Amino acid sequence: MSYSWPILSTVTFLPLLGALLILLLRGNDESAFRNARYIALWTTLLTFALSLIIWRDFDPTTAQFQFVELRPWLGPISFHMGVDGISMPFVLLTTFLMPLCILASWTAIETRVKEYMIAFLVLETLMIGVFTSLDLVLFYLFFEGGLIPMFLIIGIWGGARRVYASFKFFLYTLAGSLLMLLAIMAIYWQAGTTDIPTLLTYDFPAHMQTWLWFAFLASFAVKLPMWPVHTWLPDAHVEAPTAGSVILAGILLKMGGYGFLRFSIPMFPLASAEFAPLIFALSVVAIIYTSLVALAQEDMKKLIAYSSVAHMGFVTIGVFTLTMQGLQGGIFQMLSHGIVSAALFLCVGVIYDRMHTREIAAFGGLVARMPLYAFCFMVFTLANVGLPGTSGFVGEFLALTGAFRVNTWVAFLATTGIILSAAYALWLYRRVIFGVLEKPGLRLIKDLTWREAVVMTPLVLLTILFGFYPAPLLDASSASVEALIRNYEASLAAAEQARFALLP
Amino acid sequence: MPADLNLEAASPELTLAIGAMALLMLGVFMKRERGELILWLSVLLLAFAGVLVAQGSGTVTLFNGSFIVDAYARMMKLLVLAGAGIALVMSVEYWRDRGGLKFEFPILVLFATTGMLMMISANDLIALYVGLELQSLALYVVAAFRRDSARSAEAGLKYFVLGALASGMLLYGASLIYGFTGTTEFVKIAAAVQPSGVSLGLIFGLVFLMAGFAFKISAVPFHMWTPDVYEGAPTPVTAFFAAAPKLAAMALTVRVLIAAFPAVTIEWQQIVVFLSIASMGLGAFAAIGQTNIKRLMAYSSIGHMGFALVGLAAGTPEGVQGVIVYLAIYLVMTLGTFACILAMRRNGRMVEDIDQLSGLSSTNPFMALMLALLLFSLAGIPPLAGFFAKFYVFLAAIHAGLYALAVIGVLLSVVGAYYYLRIVKIMYFDAPAERFEPMYPSLAAVLAVSGLFILLYFVNPAPLVAFAGVAAKSLF
Repeated sequence: MSYSWPILSTVTFLPLLGALLILLLRGNDESAFRNARYIALWTTLLTFALSLIIWRDFDPTTAQFQFVELRPWLGPISFHMGVDGISMPFVLLTTFLMPLCILASWTAIETRVKEYMIAFLVLETLMIGVFTSLDLVLFYLFFEGGLIPMFLIIGIWGGARRVYASFKFFLYTLAGSLLMLLAIMAIYWQAGTTDIPTLLTYDFPAHMQTWLWFAFLASFAVKLPMWPVHTWLPDAHVEAPTAGSVILAGILLKMGGYGFLRFSIPMFPLASAEFAPLIFALSVVAIIYTSLVALAQEDMKKLIAYSSVAHMGFVTIGVFTLTMQGLQGGIFQMLSHGIVSAALFLCVGVIYDRMHTREIAAFGGLVARMPLYAFCFMVFTLANVGLPGTSGFVGEFLALTGAFRVNTWVAFLATTGIILSAAYALWLYRRVIFGVLEKPGLRLIKDLTWREAVVMTPLVLLTILFGFYPAPLLDASSASVEALIRNYEASLAAAEQARFALLP
Repeated sequence: MPADLNLEAASPELTLAIGAMALLMLGVFMKRERGELILWLSVLLLAFAGVLVAQGSGTVTLFNGSFIVDAYARMMKLLVLAGAGIALVMSVEYWRDRGGLKFEFPILVLFATTGMLMMISANDLIALYVGLELQSLALYVVAAFRRDSARSAEAGLKYFVLGALASGMLLYGASLIYGFTGTTEFVKIAAAVQPSGVSLGLIFGLVFLMAGFAFKISAVPFHMWTPDVYEGAPTPVTAFFAAAPKLAAMALTVRVLIAAFPAVTIEWQQIVVFLSIASMGLGAFAAIGQTNIKRLMAYSSIGHMGFALVGLAAGTPEGVQGVIVYLAIYLVMTLGTFACILAMRRNGRMVEDIDQLSGLSSTNPFMALMLALLLFSLAGIPPLAGFFAKFYVFLAAIHAGLYALAVIGVLLSVVGAYYYLRIVKIMYFDAPAERFEPMYPSLAAVLAVSGLFILLYFVNPAPLVAFAGVAAKSLF
């Protein structure tokens, strides 16, 4: 499908236009703030609408990159954009979550509203760019550029320990990414290009694959995050404003998983096969360890943050099984987690805005005053647990099926994580929602406002819809995943053959 | 006049030197002190010299091969002239505000700039030394230009004593090289030095020569003077120091090593790698504890020279291209940052504490935004220009197989990012302090131009890289 206008660039850079408009707003009063909010909302909605056109016209039967744009930029490094079945859903996830974030910050953010909206719009451009760029250097530009607005969002509008959290977030991610940058440079000299579609078919020598694979791992493991480099995440989540946590959990974490799918596996298949057990081990530790840690948390956001690490463990297991089920499960799990964890953070935000605390102990019996809220929270809690009928189930089930085919022990240990996740999630729900409403501060607490309900409704609907009917997402990515597996197996076979050829 | 004496190629230097002397006469014979007029005339002169530089083409050698004008020289000269000119423009309001501008100041800057242009074009050890000393002697005086300030005098004296020591080492090295090769011309040295039979004396000479250069570019372990001089010198002078002489000295280092010692790359590569790692490391760690923003910028410049040396360590055309791109972008970032530092005025006095920037984002959002962009760029975060600067030097290092250097370098740049972030934190996360006085239009203009350049560089990064590529090729 091709248009007379570059649709991917439009979707990517449209938010910047909104940011520019807000920058031009004069004054620092309530009316300027209101204008900023509306500009941000309309920009993100328009971006979402445009991205729906991409979905409509996306051809799921081919693994080729679509809506491709190619322009000269920096000598051998070109401005190359395009999406395939793996990246397109993430573009949609991003554009879908952004308007919700803007709405969720409508009244929660009262200071420096213009700067806040600008930071979010810039962040949106950078996030979409990560998923649409088809050149490694361009990808890196977007991937790392996202640190700046996120650093500011956590640092300016965050909680009490925001400075510590923002620095930790920034420096951790930067350190990992820079190693990837060196690997990108090594790729450039080895293959003579940074064009991703070309590199996907390039055969790197085996010894080089190992190094490159680890350099990319350094970046994606921090971003995802994998145990043991996950420690920035709970801090960042707890201190970030609600919408910041939503973006962090919903999209930024997915960049790590996307990176594995886009780069590590297709470009370095031999290293991926060799080190898959390492990924399994780290993921299993992550699932069990962080689930146990989540059980002990006093702070709601921290609990959900640890649960995110555990859920990302399923993603890495699924992806590195390199089976159809596992890969599809990993992708689905990322998308589902993008919706569910985002929604959970929004749920925490709802009561945080009312009570200004996230202590679990400060709540209890909310169902009596907030039935609507209790319902939404329940749907997301159950989706987080992976109850059949919610989107969380599909992803985890597929990932575990894939794992079972590869290594039963991994599957067994990972499944215990589901039990643990039921324990901490349901316990959290019980302590916050059920029980007797006896805290004096909660007596007059109000149920969801219409704006909050507007934010929650699409999330609830999608969680349940994809639980019963996951086909739209699975179909979109299946051709690309098939191609991925085909190429992976072909290069393993070729390597095997080369090895035998060397034998006397 | 010999037939081969084609003075046209040396016209920028001649213009500057004759113009500076003319302005000196003008200043002396004028009835009243007219420092500002002389200053603006000097800026015009620098701009005119820039036009002359830009009009040249091809490679021309003069004065029996001791003076060379090639694409590389032209590129670096333009950068140095721009740095010197903008630093002068930024100083106008500082002097107007605080008094103490004597007409000698712009003239000394002109002489120093003439010296820098000669350094860049030097193709012979003697020409090199003459250019270097012309530059240095003028710089010693401007560092101490606030005669009533003890700190400024201390800065000048310190710079002079240590600079003299460095010049001595450089001369010693040059004489050893002359002794062991029998020539002072770079081309002939390159022909005389063969990789197989490198004599120990020559290596000694090279090491001493490099020690002298390391002092001029303030690479560790010859960096000690930098923080004191940066802090003590009047702020516009510091801006000038950070911009022009650094570039000229780096340009000179690159030319000497590439043009005169291509056969013993393996020997000087070790030295450059060491200087680079030490500078990046010290620049990153020592800056963390600084409270004075000028000292911080001194350590930052030490670190940045370390990064630029990464490109030189590669010793390839790509490496030199990386160095040129790095220096060009570094120049813009430095000038922008110093425009901010010069704008830190409260109740008619300059403040230099980093803490004074507290909450700048609410008291002066424009300045805070631009400074934040510059700082993120100094830290090398994409998509800002500073990223491309680092990208090209590390790209060259990877190609040359210097993996350890590259890995250490990027990890140290994470450490470096910490202190830049700290300033952003102070500006954006902390409670507002008292407002600064409004920015002077000239500073605001410099800041806006540099900030926008840094921000929008990624839109069209190719031309600068291409120019740098052509310049680098002319060296090999």
